[in-house]
Amino acid sequence: MVSNEIGYNSKVEGEVIVTRADAVVNWIRKHSVWPMPMGLACCAIELMASAASRYDISRFGMEVMRFSPRQSDCMIVAGTVTYKMAEVVRRIYDQMGDPKWVVAMGACASTGGMYRSYAVMQGVDNVVPVDVYVSGCPPRPEALLDAMMKLQDKIGNESAIKNLSKKPENILAS
Amino acid sequence: MIDEDFVKSLLAGHDCIKVVHQDDCLTISCEPEYLPKICLHLRDEETFDLLVDLTAIDHGVEAEIRFSVVLHLYSLIHKSYLRIHANCLDNDCPLVPSVSSVFPAANWHERETFDMFGIKFSEHPNLKRILMWDDYPYFPLRKEFPLAGVEVPLPAADVSEVTGADVDPAPMMGGPFVSPGTGRMSNAEPRAKDESWSEDAEKPL
Ligand code: SF4
Repeated sequence: MVSNEIGYNSKVEGEVIVTRADAVVNWIRKHSVWPMPMGLACCAIELMASAASRYDISRFGMEVMRFSPRQSDCMIVAGTVTYKMAEVVRRIYDQMGDPKWVVAMGACASTGGMYRSYAVMQGVDNVVPVDVYVSGCPPRPEALLDAMMKLQDKIGNESAIKNLSKKPENILAS
Repeated sequence: MIDEDFVKSLLAGHDCIKVVHQDDCLTISCEPEYLPKICLHLRDEETFDLLVDLTAIDHGVEAEIRFSVVLHLYSLIHKSYLRIHANCLDNDCPLVPSVSSVFPAANWHERETFDMFGIKFSEHPNLKRILMWDDYPYFPLRKEFPLAGVEVPLPAADVSEVTGADVDPAPMMGGPFVSPGTGRMSNAEPRAKDESWSEDAEKPL
């Protein structure tokens, strides 16, 4: 046997790995993020580019874009959130099963962007809790990929039951 | 050909039409009640059969005639535009007959004009707001309405209750945000027009 062998050795330790539940659960979660494209304006085009072959979001295990909130766990808000649409964004967020995360992609979703006007909500964080903000108008696909990797880091470091213990009164009735 | 003869024959048939001098294309004005009739005539007899745009102008709170509905028609035969101003007689509740029976394309344009200016179109098949939500209390493109908006409740009361979000005036911070229009493309990103003032620091006189 090579003496400087490191890591798991089944001959010594048997077929058992000891670790923390958080580490396992988060490791699974962060490599199977199912994003839901909340494409509301021009940023959605860059979101599509990130998913297509050149930038290829599937290298990071999050290519399973689902258009149903029931089947996804990360809402990517890509575009301008108007006050009329804010209600829809929130309702869709509430329909997503826990655990769930939100990425605000681009200046508009993060702050209202250049639309300082009567019709545009000044940041989607007014209605949903945002985990990662991406700057840019629009952000390049690399920026989105970077944000998604930041989100993976965040998922890896949080308590695995944190997202499941949300207070029920924060959820809309419908 | 859109020449003097064309204008003369048009005026001869309709004494409700006046010619307004504008440099770019033939512009006529009329009272709103004649608008559908004139449009029908222009469409069927004069080949102006393409409605390019329908919108409105707010001439200002003080103006004698406050609202005009503006139509742009195009003739593929004459290869020429024609503009119609319909000046609303009533400044408080402007009313114009709908031309959506003549040009189906006018349907949504009229809804938008109603949404933004509060101009009512009689006999419109479905006159309700198209951009803002149904019970929004203001007409945003009227001159007295501030660009930043006015505080009103969010359209969904239950969302507002859970999140505490409201429709608030947007922080202008030296805006509006516009592209300079000149200079290099790399400097053409939209930016605040005048950053010398914001919500916290008064605009210097
Ligand atoms: S941030 Fe820019 S690119 Fe993205 S939705 Fe807003 S205006 Fe469009």
